[in-house]
Amino acid sequence: MEQSRRKVLKAGAALAVTAGLPVRAARAQQNVVKIGMSMPQTGSLGAGGQAALVALRLWVDDVNAKGGLLNRKVEFIAYDDQTNPANVPGIYTKLLDVDKVDLIIAPYGTVPTAPLMPMAKQRNLLVMGNFSFQVNAKVKHDMWFNNAPWNDASSWSDGFFANGKRVGAKSVAFLAADQEFAQNLANGARALAKKDGLKTVYDQNYPPTTTDFSSLIRAIRASKPDMVFVMSYPNDSVAIVRAVNEIGVGSGVKMFGGGMVGLQFTPNMVNLGSLLNGIVNYNSYVPGMKYPGIEDFLARYSKRAVEAKVDPLGFYLPPFNYAIGQMLEQAIRAVNSFEHGKIAQYLHGNEMKTVVGPIKYGKDGEWANPRVVQAQFRGIKDKDMDQWRRPGKQVVLFPEQYKTGDLVQPFEKARG
Amino acid sequence: MRFWIPAMVVVLVAAGVALSPVNEYFFYASYIVLTFVVLATAWNILGGYAGYVNFGTAAFFGIGSYTATVLFKWLGAPLVVQIAAAAAVSGLLGFGVGMLTLRLRGIFFAIATVAVIFIMETLMINWRYVGGATGLQLLRPEVMAPFESYTRMLFVVMAAMAVGAVALARWVQVSWIGRGLRALRDSEEAAECAGVPTLKLKLFACTLSGALMGAAGAPMPMYLSFIEPVSSFNLTWSVNALAASMIGGTIHWLGPVIGAVILGTLQQVVTVTISSEVNVLVVGVLLVLFVVAAPEGVLGLLQRWIRFFK
Amino acid sequence: MFFSWDLLFEALMFGVLLGCFYAAVSIGLSVSFGLLDVPHVAHPAVMVLGSYCTYLLASYGWDPLVAGTVLMAPFFVLGMLIYRFYYETFEKRGTEAGVRGLAFFFGVAFIIEVGLIMVFGVDQRTVNAPYIGDSLRLGDYRIPHRMIVAFGVALVLTFTLSAYLSKTFTGRAIKAVAQDEPALRLMGANPVRIKQWAFGIATAASALAGAMLIIVGPVEPAIDRLYIGRTFAIVVLAGLGSMTGTLAAGLILGIAESIVLMFFGASWAPAVAFGILLLVLGVRPQGLFGR
Repeated sequence: MEQSRRKVLKAGAALAVTAGLPVRAARAQQNVVKIGMSMPQTGSLGAGGQAALVALRLWVDDVNAKGGLLNRKVEFIAYDDQTNPANVPGIYTKLLDVDKVDLIIAPYGTVPTAPLMPMAKQRNLLVMGNFSFQVNAKVKHDMWFNNAPWNDASSWSDGFFANGKRVGAKSVAFLAADQEFAQNLANGARALAKKDGLKTVYDQNYPPTTTDFSSLIRAIRASKPDMVFVMSYPNDSVAIVRAVNEIGVGSGVKMFGGGMVGLQFTPNMVNLGSLLNGIVNYNSYVPGMKYPGIEDFLARYSKRAVEAKVDPLGFYLPPFNYAIGQMLEQAIRAVNSFEHGKIAQYLHGNEMKTVVGPIKYGKDGEWANPRVVQAQFRGIKDKDMDQWRRPGKQVVLFPEQYKTGDLVQPFEKARG
Repeated sequence: MRFWIPAMVVVLVAAGVALSPVNEYFFYASYIVLTFVVLATAWNILGGYAGYVNFGTAAFFGIGSYTATVLFKWLGAPLVVQIAAAAAVSGLLGFGVGMLTLRLRGIFFAIATVAVIFIMETLMINWRYVGGATGLQLLRPEVMAPFESYTRMLFVVMAAMAVGAVALARWVQVSWIGRGLRALRDSEEAAECAGVPTLKLKLFACTLSGALMGAAGAPMPMYLSFIEPVSSFNLTWSVNALAASMIGGTIHWLGPVIGAVILGTLQQVVTVTISSEVNVLVVGVLLVLFVVAAPEGVLGLLQRWIRFFK
Repeated sequence: MFFSWDLLFEALMFGVLLGCFYAAVSIGLSVSFGLLDVPHVAHPAVMVLGSYCTYLLASYGWDPLVAGTVLMAPFFVLGMLIYRFYYETFEKRGTEAGVRGLAFFFGVAFIIEVGLIMVFGVDQRTVNAPYIGDSLRLGDYRIPHRMIVAFGVALVLTFTLSAYLSKTFTGRAIKAVAQDEPALRLMGANPVRIKQWAFGIATAASALAGAMLIIVGPVEPAIDRLYIGRTFAIVVLAGLGSMTGTLAAGLILGIAESIVLMFFGASWAPAVAFGILLLVLGVRPQGLFGR
């Protein structure tokens, strides 16, 4: 008898404790609109995420200074997923069911965003994407809007391969992390390389936790490629740059880089310094590119970033995160509602004005007109943050409308 | 009957709660607590009854998750089939691991089971069909009436599984199998001399334990709508199963249940109020505390207090 | 996969350096588990703790190797305290408690790991030194300096410890207590004090190993899980209690991992250590040089 009673009592106790949990949830929502997200603030993407958060918080303050959205003050909630996709479902479930947020923004990066997509589709939620790559390709959610200046693989790798062909490159080596971003990009790039008639002499995936790239770089060197297309996340990108410096990639390589995330984060740029010279890599914005209002934004951002002890330059993510806020603002004001379906309809059918220029969406929720830049690092000195503000340190090779110079090759010579 | 009536009550209460307007997050959190109940109960069959401390829970749990994923992706199989297949595959793995390692003593057995985890994880990382290290996004099928959401249905499924696991553990405990396991826990050589078929019993315990852990892993991919190897094979599953049993008490089937409920609930509360990595601190500290100060677990403490007050 | 003799030779060279590093990392476990029979699953976690302490000192400008050597003293004391606690709580009470001792160290490993996450976060940490980042050029081959440094320190550590155990009085007492405790007691030495001392030495070795770990590559709190496999594989392959065996086993593991990495890809490398472990446990549990 004591066993059965104990069992029922236990079940009841567990029920009571956990049912009483969400006490903070049911509060009057009339005066406040809650926007919630998970943002990688530590881990591989952490440095970028922290900078992005400063920009988002700047937008929230700007909007609230104007009276809020539809006369409701914006309350912003952000948790840290540590760049670990396993943390994401739990965080967004908490945001939706415990914090009861009205709108969600995706975490920065493809890898943390991947687990969110099925949940968003199943619960019919509007998601503002944050610099992820093709993360909606399989789920095909129709209320997804990415803030990144690329759409598919060719928008990314066209610039890289075009430069290679111009200097007579015939073969390519692929090195990609085994994670959502790099694999999405690698699948696209491989097909494009074949179409272009390039010969693939090396093609390896590595587990995302790899820290020592000496063997991989050695193997790449042995395969004697003309171009090396690397698709990596910040921790690996830094390790690869260091390994290339230690081991060397061979005198025949004309171009190295392409899809290395993290070489756009200011802390990495400053720490790696001259090791970056010669690498051709993608970017979203480099000083000198003319977007309306961007210089003013960067100045205001810089002040807040210095206070928060975070990346003071803010070139890569912050302007595009501020743009997320601007897009939400325009859409919500236009449809006069917070209903996800209505906002999505507006975003699909209109062009929004933002601090990174006009943004128009294709049917898949990616930009209709991509604007990915491929730039070569030149003349970088060690331990100098201010050099990055001056144009000329990242020479834009592609696209034509922003081009500021030609490729210097071979890669080993450009590193000199 | 003394067992089955309250057991049925638990399942009915769970179903009732799932149909009531309780906050959605409750089901999300309770699912994990119920998973711990199954894992701890399964662990205890080999670890508590037979005394073979097994660190490999994560291997069986992860393989269960991946088996379910493969069946779902390949055949669109319903949840029940996924669970059955996961139990079968993990049971087989348990049998294989048992054949390989049950001749080893103490710490060697434990380390061998850790090795199994990493080998299974590496195999899944290298298998592109299930997503490799990248992982897979999974879209749940439409939920059946009368349940409002898929998570609520999973909650009831897991509650039923917990009752089933406990029933099996109880049956093992009171049967001749349990007696044999206890004998070999106390002294394997003496048991063998007395004619107990120790290897067969150990293999049985290992297989059953593995099968239950695999079954517990099967609904996880649907629960998260996502699967990837690092979290599926995380050593934290192992330490939680082990800690829950040691905290609750290892000699009786009630121990793992008590331990899992206490540990799981505490962790879920901490996740919502503080952060999720303090969970691991909670497990580590409680495990060390109980192992040092209260080796018989909560059950042992309760026994002592009852005797004290009599 | 792509094969060439050049690549094989480079893989072998790198494997030798890596193997010696792994041996140095496992030497502490060879003493604590191999000789003293303590189920020290927390050994890699203590080593990672050493890495982070090195990182802290390095952020004040210390050279990491110097930091590692200096840390050996406090870690020695820490080791003695841990053993004392383990002995009083578990070993004294017989084999049933031994199983719980295993669970205890498992819990301690997790506590250390989470403690590091709460203090330092999950980010990777590295140190800088003049010998990190450059490599030695021998013709077409390049050997990173950091590997050479780790190799050198590993050799010094292994041979010093080996000599200590066979030439000094305390050293031989430690080996004796592993082989025949009652006999040692009869000779008037206190086995508990000797085991405590030995465990202290093992932990001090872990501190230096931790410094080497962060010199060789970036560390993060969860890295101890990967090293459980490597260290135990080496100690078991060596045979419990053999110091030079540890070096040999380390070389085998290092070369095996390096070759798998080069020719089968980086996604299979983590399984090499655990595969070797299972193989040894299944086929020859007493290891190569075991007692």
